[in-house]
Amino acid sequence: MSLIKAEKLSLYYGNHRIIDSLNFAINAGDFLCIVGPNGSGKTTLLKALLGEIKPKSGKISFDKSIQPNFIGYMPQENHIDRNFPATAYEIISTGVLNRGLFISSDSKKTIESNIKLLNIENIAKKNFSELSGGQRQKVLLARALCATQKLLILDEASNNLDYSSKQSFYKLLKKLNAEHELTIIMVTHDLDHKNLLGNKILSLDHDNPFFGLTADYVRRIHAH
Amino acid sequence: MLTNIIEMFSYAFIVRAFIAGLAISICAALLGTNLVLRKQSMISDGLSHVAFGATIVALALGFAPLEFTIPVVIIASYLILQINNRRNINADAAIAILSASALATGIIVNSLIKGVNIDINSYLFGSILAISTHDLVITLVATVIIFALYIIFYRQIFAITLDETFAKAIGIKTKLYNAILAALCSVIIVLGMRMLGALLISSLIIFPCLSAIRLTHSFKTTAVVSVILSIVCFIFGIFASYFYNLPTGATIVIANLICFLLSVIYNKFR
Repeated sequence: MSLIKAEKLSLYYGNHRIIDSLNFAINAGDFLCIVGPNGSGKTTLLKALLGEIKPKSGKISFDKSIQPNFIGYMPQENHIDRNFPATAYEIISTGVLNRGLFISSDSKKTIESNIKLLNIENIAKKNFSELSGGQRQKVLLARALCATQKLLILDEASNNLDYSSKQSFYKLLKKLNAEHELTIIMVTHDLDHKNLLGNKILSLDHDNPFFGLTADYVRRIHAH
Repeated sequence: MLTNIIEMFSYAFIVRAFIAGLAISICAALLGTNLVLRKQSMISDGLSHVAFGATIVALALGFAPLEFTIPVVIIASYLILQINNRRNINADAAIAILSASALATGIIVNSLIKGVNIDINSYLFGSILAISTHDLVITLVATVIIFALYIIFYRQIFAITLDETFAKAIGIKTKLYNAILAALCSVIIVLGMRMLGALLISSLIIFPCLSAIRLTHSFKTTAVVSVILSIVCFIFGIFASYFYNLPTGATIVIANLICFLLSVIYNKFR
C-alpha cells in the first residue's frame, strides 16, 4: 500500500502549466529525492504535496495513516527572515502546535527529545539570526520532527552550506530514515549525481523524465 | 510637579483619556508586532483611512460611529487579505487605492451633507481628550477581548507570523487565524483613530515593535518590550501634551519616534 500516490497530476502556476500528467507512488519508509533543473516544477510539486496549491487535474492521495496535519515540512533555511526576533526554541516549539491550542507537558517532552536528537541543546536559547546556516537547518529539521513521526517533506538548499555541514546533514537524514522509519521526500537542488540520497528518484527534467529506484537512475545516466 | 499631576487627574476627561489610551496602546503594540514582522505595516495605514471614511459616513447619516465603523473596517481588512493572497495583483497598490478612495469618500460625504457639523480635524488628528464615557466603555470591553484572544492564540499567531507555509503544512488553520488577526487589528485601528487620528494611528501599531526588535532576542520579549515601550511613550506623550499644551496624538507619535531613534542608537553601539 502506498503512502502517497500521484495520478495523472497536472499543476499550473497562474496560467502556466508546470507539471503535466505526472504519476508516482511512495511507500512507507521510502526516501525520495525530487530532482530537475530550475523551473522544472520542483517547488510547485512540493507546494501541491503540502496542499498549498490544488491540482488542475489528476490527484494526490494520502494513506489514511497520514492526516494532513502530520506532515513535517522543512523549508530552505533562508525561507525564514534572518532578522525575525525568535529563539531556536521558540521556532522548534511551533512544530507541536498540530496537537492543540496549548503546549502540553507531553509536547514539551517531544520538543526536548528532538533538540537532544539533533544535538542542538547549546543553541536552543540563541536567536535564530545568530546561528550558522547548518545550525539553522538543524533547527528547522527539529521543528519538522516535532510535527511528524511519519512523513518529512523538505526543500533542501545545499548551496548555502559548506561541504562538511552538508555531509553531516545528509548523514542525519539517512539515519532518521533508517532508524526512525521516517518517510522522506526531499527536493534537492544539488545536481551532483555522485551524491544522490535515498532509494527513489523522481526527475522532473523534461529531457530526462524518470521515476524509480535510485540505482536504476544512476545506471541510466552512466549509459548515456 | 506632584500637585500638577494631581491637578491633571482631577479632570474626568483626562482620566477617561488616560485609561482608554493605555488600553489601546497595549493592544496596538501587541498586534503591531505581528503586522510589522509579516511586513504588512501598510495594511494598518490603509485600514485607518477606511475607518476615517466610514466614521464620516456614519456621522453624516446619523449612525453610531463606533458600531458602524468597526464592521466596515473588518470587512475592508478581509478584502485586503484576499488581495494580499492573490497573485498577479499589486497588493500594495491596491491598499493605497483603497485608502485614498475611502478618505475621498469621507470628505465628499461630509461636504454633501449640510446641517451636520463634523469636526474632520478631530478624526484626522485625533481627539482623545474628547472621548465620552460610552466610548470608554466600548474601548475597555474591546481591548480586554482583544488581549484575551491574543493570549489564548499567542502560539498560533506566532506560528503564522513566523512561517505560514509550515503552519499550514502541520494543519494549523491559517485562514482562520489570519481572519482573527485582521479582525482584531481592525477593531484596534477604529478605537485608536479616536485617540491619534486616521493619519497617525498606524504609528502606534508600527513604532513599538520596530523599537523592541532592536532590543531583544526572542519573540516573547519582543512582544512584552513592545507593550512596555508603548505604555511609556503614551504616558510621556500625554503628560508632555498637558504640561506644554501640545496636541496629544502628535505628541505621543513623537515620543514613539524618539524611543525608536534611541533604540537604533543603542543597537549600533552595543
